[in-house]
Amino acid sequence: MTIDLKTIKHISKLSRISVDEQKAEKLAGDLNSIFEFIEKLNELKTDNVEPLTSVAETTLKFRPDKIESENIREQIIKNSPEDNEDFFVVPKVVE
Amino acid sequence: MSDITTQSLSSLVDNIKNKKLSSEEVTKAFVDRSEKSKELNSYISEDFSHAIDNAKKFDQNPNFDLKLPGIPMAVKDLFCTKNVRTTAGSKILENFIPTYESTVTQNIWNEGGILLGKLNCDEFAMGSSNETSYYGNVQNPIDKGLVPGGSSGGSAAAVSGQLTPITIGTDTGGSIRQPASFTGIVGLKPTYGSCSRYGIVAFASSLDQAGPMAQNVKDCALLQEVISTYDKKDSTSIDFKRNQYCKELNKNIKGKKIGIPKEYRVDGMPKEIEDLWQKGIQYAKDCGAEIIDISLPNTSYALPTYYIVAPAEASSNLARYDGVKYGFRAKGENLIDMYEKTRSEGFGAEVQRRIMIGTYVLSSGYYDAYYLKAQKVRKLIKNDFDEAYKQVDAILTPSTPSSAFKIGEKKDDPVSMYLNDIFTVPVNLAGLPAISIPAGHDAAGYPLGLQIIGKAFKEQEILNVAYAMEEKIDFKNKITDWWIK
Repeated sequence: MTIDLKTIKHISKLSRISVDEQKAEKLAGDLNSIFEFIEKLNELKTDNVEPLTSVAETTLKFRPDKIESENIREQIIKNSPEDNEDFFVVPKVVE
Repeated sequence: MSDITTQSLSSLVDNIKNKKLSSEEVTKAFVDRSEKSKELNSYISEDFSHAIDNAKKFDQNPNFDLKLPGIPMAVKDLFCTKNVRTTAGSKILENFIPTYESTVTQNIWNEGGILLGKLNCDEFAMGSSNETSYYGNVQNPIDKGLVPGGSSGGSAAAVSGQLTPITIGTDTGGSIRQPASFTGIVGLKPTYGSCSRYGIVAFASSLDQAGPMAQNVKDCALLQEVISTYDKKDSTSIDFKRNQYCKELNKNIKGKKIGIPKEYRVDGMPKEIEDLWQKGIQYAKDCGAEIIDISLPNTSYALPTYYIVAPAEASSNLARYDGVKYGFRAKGENLIDMYEKTRSEGFGAEVQRRIMIGTYVLSSGYYDAYYLKAQKVRKLIKNDFDEAYKQVDAILTPSTPSSAFKIGEKKDDPVSMYLNDIFTVPVNLAGLPAISIPAGHDAAGYPLGLQIIGKAFKEQEILNVAYAMEEKIDFKNKITDWWIK
């Protein structure tokens, strides 16, 4: 199968990455050659194989739901591109 | 002074403990050499004056019981360092100053290590040549115009070029072992869960592991001893009995069974790599190991599997870069427009490509065909190793299918770039430990590495094999200092 420009536009929308025509064409070329390479997996029959989600064969550990870091508002907000000292600021979303 | 930077980590530690050298002398020597080595472009951020201050502080009140007493060290710029800029090689994090420290780097500072600066890497560790870094490509100290490998390219160049006595990198598909091989140094990727991922900028969470990069196996073992700890802040950190890797290091590998997987003999592999492998087999025999032919039948499916799993995880990990909480923000007409422009301008081409691949394979209608399929094949690849380890203690392969290539040579062909990781990727998919050691040179005099893959949690075993073989190989790196005027 081939990935057309329409699909590229769709993925770019899902990825929240804007692409112009030129970039979309380049991406289509790259992705098609990568997927051609990935299609090799179809040679394998995997109907009865359990998917491997994690190599760490342990169950996730539970911990008490307890606050361990307090008063870190300033630290959290410190690297934001725009804030009003209490909150992150984003372009207006409600008219 | 000038010979300080040629010393191994172990001898620097001894010299500081025996008061033959001060931390200040050692730190200044590496700072001086780093200052003269700008052309390598190993550093993204330097922290030299701080480092010298910290060295002076150490000398005033030294603690010689520590494992890294007053040892200066630069680290890959993927580790968050408190109050020191951390970019992950990306424009999107150009001004990011973490307010917390990664567990692995904290372990190093707790043992007396001193931060020299942050080392260049491929953007978000996505690359095999260090050419995707927003901060420019890195030169390989072996020769001008040669890539150092990637993604830990700045780290490999800094150890090989003696700008730092030792360093840490991260390895998602070969990012420690491939650059170690390209620059003639030792690099260890530990078992998944051995080193905490807390505070490491995430790429593919089920594959990422931090590990040491060093001039020799002993130094590598010493740093592994420091960085590998159980950490409750990483939910996939594993609480297993860790060895004292350096203390327990020994060269007796007599009777160890070492497997040679026939599927690693790939089409088009240069004769020099095959010859190196044969030489490696002979060295292992000379050390008393028993060589056994084995099969890892699904090896050729590892790379296609990796290029589904890693981008899928990356696409969700990198969703956090939205121009709101931290990092670069582009101006937009509305919220969505701001997101789309921020990510389009903030991420480089390779990162965008991988986010797109990941988004596609996870998208509605394609999940089963790609992502689920890849997870199933990943299981088959892990089964191959489980089966092989019923017969053998470790597996010996080449580290890479070629020596270092020229800057720009593979940049425009993603698939040919991805093929670099053909021998390293299966190890990450199976979560195993593996070490690359320098083992010879090609016709051009560029270094070539051998990889020793171990059973899960058996870092000590592969370190011992590497230690024994290192002595037989007696590799000498050919560094001419061509970049120092």
